[in-house]
Amino acid sequence: MPHSISTSVRRKDAVAKAAGTMEYLADQFPVSPLHGKCYYSSISRGTIESVSLPELPEGYYIVGADDIQGVNRLHMIIEDWPVFADKEVRYLGQIIFLVVGPEKDVILDLHKQIQITYRELTPCITLEESTALLEGVQHGEDNVFTRYDIHHGQVEYPFEKAHRILEKEYYTGHQEHVYMEPQSLFAHWEEDTFILHASAQCPFYIRKSLVNALGMDKEKIRIIQTPTGGAFGGKEHFPDVLAGPLAVAVCKIKKPIKLVLDRKEDMAYSIKRHPSAIHIRTALDKDGRILAHDIDLRLDGGAFASCSAVVLARAVFTVGNVYNINNIRICGRVFCTNKPPSDAFRGFGAPQAIFAMESHMNFLAYALGIDPLAFRQPYLMKQGDPTSTDGKIHEEVMLPEMTRRILEMSGYEKKYQDYKTRPNWGIGLSYFFHGSGFTGNGERDLIKARIYLKKNRKDQVFIYGSNVEMGQGISTTFCKVASKALDIPIDQVHFVEPDTEIVPDSGPTVASRSISVVGFLVQKAAKRLKAEWKSGEDQSIIQDYEAPTHMVPWDQETLTGDAYPAYSWGVNVIEVEVDPLSYEVNTKGIWGVYEMGVPIDRQIVEGQIIGGMIQALGYSYLEKLEFSQGRFRQATMSDYMIPTSMDFPTTQCDIVDNPFEYGAFGAKGAGEMVFDGAAPAFGAAVSQAVDTIIDEVPVLPETLMELTDEGR
Amino acid sequence: MKDGKIRFTLNGRDVVYEDSPLRRLLDVLREDLGETGVKEGCGEGECGACSILLNGKLVNSCMIAMGTIHEKELMTIEGLRETEQGKCIIDAFADAGAVQCGFCIPGMVMAAQSVLQDAPRPSEEEIRKGISGNLCRCTGYDQIVQAVQMASEKGAGLW
Ligand code: FES
Ligand code: FES
Repeated sequence: MPHSISTSVRRKDAVAKAAGTMEYLADQFPVSPLHGKCYYSSISRGTIESVSLPELPEGYYIVGADDIQGVNRLHMIIEDWPVFADKEVRYLGQIIFLVVGPEKDVILDLHKQIQITYRELTPCITLEESTALLEGVQHGEDNVFTRYDIHHGQVEYPFEKAHRILEKEYYTGHQEHVYMEPQSLFAHWEEDTFILHASAQCPFYIRKSLVNALGMDKEKIRIIQTPTGGAFGGKEHFPDVLAGPLAVAVCKIKKPIKLVLDRKEDMAYSIKRHPSAIHIRTALDKDGRILAHDIDLRLDGGAFASCSAVVLARAVFTVGNVYNINNIRICGRVFCTNKPPSDAFRGFGAPQAIFAMESHMNFLAYALGIDPLAFRQPYLMKQGDPTSTDGKIHEEVMLPEMTRRILEMSGYEKKYQDYKTRPNWGIGLSYFFHGSGFTGNGERDLIKARIYLKKNRKDQVFIYGSNVEMGQGISTTFCKVASKALDIPIDQVHFVEPDTEIVPDSGPTVASRSISVVGFLVQKAAKRLKAEWKSGEDQSIIQDYEAPTHMVPWDQETLTGDAYPAYSWGVNVIEVEVDPLSYEVNTKGIWGVYEMGVPIDRQIVEGQIIGGMIQALGYSYLEKLEFSQGRFRQATMSDYMIPTSMDFPTTQCDIVDNPFEYGAFGAKGAGEMVFDGAAPAFGAAVSQAVDTIIDEVPVLPETLMELTDEGR
Repeated sequence: MKDGKIRFTLNGRDVVYEDSPLRRLLDVLREDLGETGVKEGCGEGECGACSILLNGKLVNSCMIAMGTIHEKELMTIEGLRETEQGKCIIDAFADAGAVQCGFCIPGMVMAAQSVLQDAPRPSEEEIRKGISGNLCRCTGYDQIVQAVQMASEKGAGLW
């Protein structure tokens, strides 16, 4: 029986968005007194030797490191990313100046006249060059931003007694977010306060990152989120990077300035998904059973650390995937290279990790001559099983039921048999899971989310928190949760757009935590308000985060305990046909079955599922992003292909309910998990179609041609 | 255009434009005429967020110079939303769950109008083709396709 909370309602923002009355940042300030344009470094690595700036006409400014009142560092997780490059340059595209003025043409002209002499160094492009400390170290002692080592059970011994050891390395590439609304900010100064409007996921992150550079109290820095036209992680930390130079300029000039990136600079210089190289070594006994995995997981972090440490943590805690393997060792490292920094992107390290493990399971099955679906079954996690961090799976794991459903929907088994003898066709299945919320003790010790609920005399209820609507539907789902808990119509409940001056810090809009973690606070607050409800009176409730009591305590030193309070689970099947002449892959069928606790709105969740799948299929083979000579070769929307309505057939999906005690009406995270499974299922399908193991995404026609020519 | 003035109709009303003929139609719509429902997603004719109807045909306004629109008829989302057809499409988008971040959606609604103008009862194939010049990074398109189908059913006779 589906839960009544899952029954769909019309999204609160749908009509305004469709009719074009919703005002995004550039619509709110279509004409601005002043515009800013970033001046970017034109080399990947080196030092700035000298600078020659043009004569400035009246009303024009070039703002740089010398104008910083505070410290030239943005505060993210560590403080390595400067607001403006002053001596050292670490990637092509690093901001050196902000050119400001009223007329765009004049700004561009001034831009052209800036001359910088660099002393160039050979950039580290590959992980190997970074490891070899080419031209000297750039971060710490070994160019490693963060290293996490975990293990569970024994590792040396199973490899010593193994009957057979199989190993392989898997690669994933960069990915560009391509949120439809480019990065946009508008800032001004009012009395003694700096005010920034931004298309962003985490208003409080921006505020925190600016304290250093402005040398101001955080109370005097106000961030107002504007309707956000897509983000997918691309507006988690990157708005900080633009807000820094803009804030320095506004503090100096004291006039309103608008900074909207055009698509080309957005694509060329913004952050990307971390590329990965994941090596898995597996010890097998004489019956082909897995004794142990030994995993070396490397991420390319680009030039600055940003939030790489946290992406790495998720990759490391997820790479074991949905399998209970008695012995597993994982070494994870993220390296500094001279590329635009890698950062958050839907899935946050999990898609890379899961692609590697699922492809590896296929590789093992292939090498052992066992059916890949049957090969996986004995290892599927069950309630009570240990995790790779010596935590525990607390919920009932619905994978058997989900497997049954997806096999039925997709006709996998028959097709898998048929395609053994039908060349160029293939079908592939993947399992995956995704932890809800922040890793480890993040929610309890770092985020400490808080929510306000306020009711006015007209009995209208307002939800105050810092989680933003960026397309995922939270302005509706939060209201649904509150209205259901209060037992009042949804029209009586309103979502307040985040503004650091008026909302409490309920944490960033990331990690699939909004509904599962913060939504639960909304529900609790609403329950309390209902108990105290006095019609016709102003009332307000403050609700703080309370850590669930069911967890195995997390130890950040040893990285043991429950890495997440709960997991969402999924199974995907993809069917493909490979064109034998062009080696282009056509996706013929897409199926997904998910368990995400309880979906708060069926239609909204289905939207997330379909959108996530298609984005992930783009990642699997359309979205080629090659890096050469300091830049990405596909830096415009005509070169970098994201899926169109013609690229994929209709997605078929199904949802299995499994209420989670500590989530809003039983909800767990949904928005990221739906990205995790498509690439490995796609890889498996192509593997069958070309009869070889795919170990890399994106799967490009040229790679397939090589693979089949070599007859590997 | 002899007097250097560019005259056109925008959503049925007459407009006279006297600035540079080289400016992009998109900028003039947004900055001079306040039509901010027309979005800029790429500025290079790839994404369709700036879609409008020019003499009834779907075009990207970022690729059009003011000098080329003399005596033409323009319709933007601001105009379409006032019509029965526009209301029906917008309604269908909301009912189908076809709207997420919304940035591409005004352009999609314009594309939907163009599809329905050409084929009041379009097949899935025709819809997918008709909206293929409009990129959406959020929805994965299925619910948008559904919305166009719903509009065509509910609004039967409007096109
Ligand atoms: S802005 Fe015109 S097509 Fe993208
Ligand atoms: S709804 Fe976000 S780009 Fe289409």
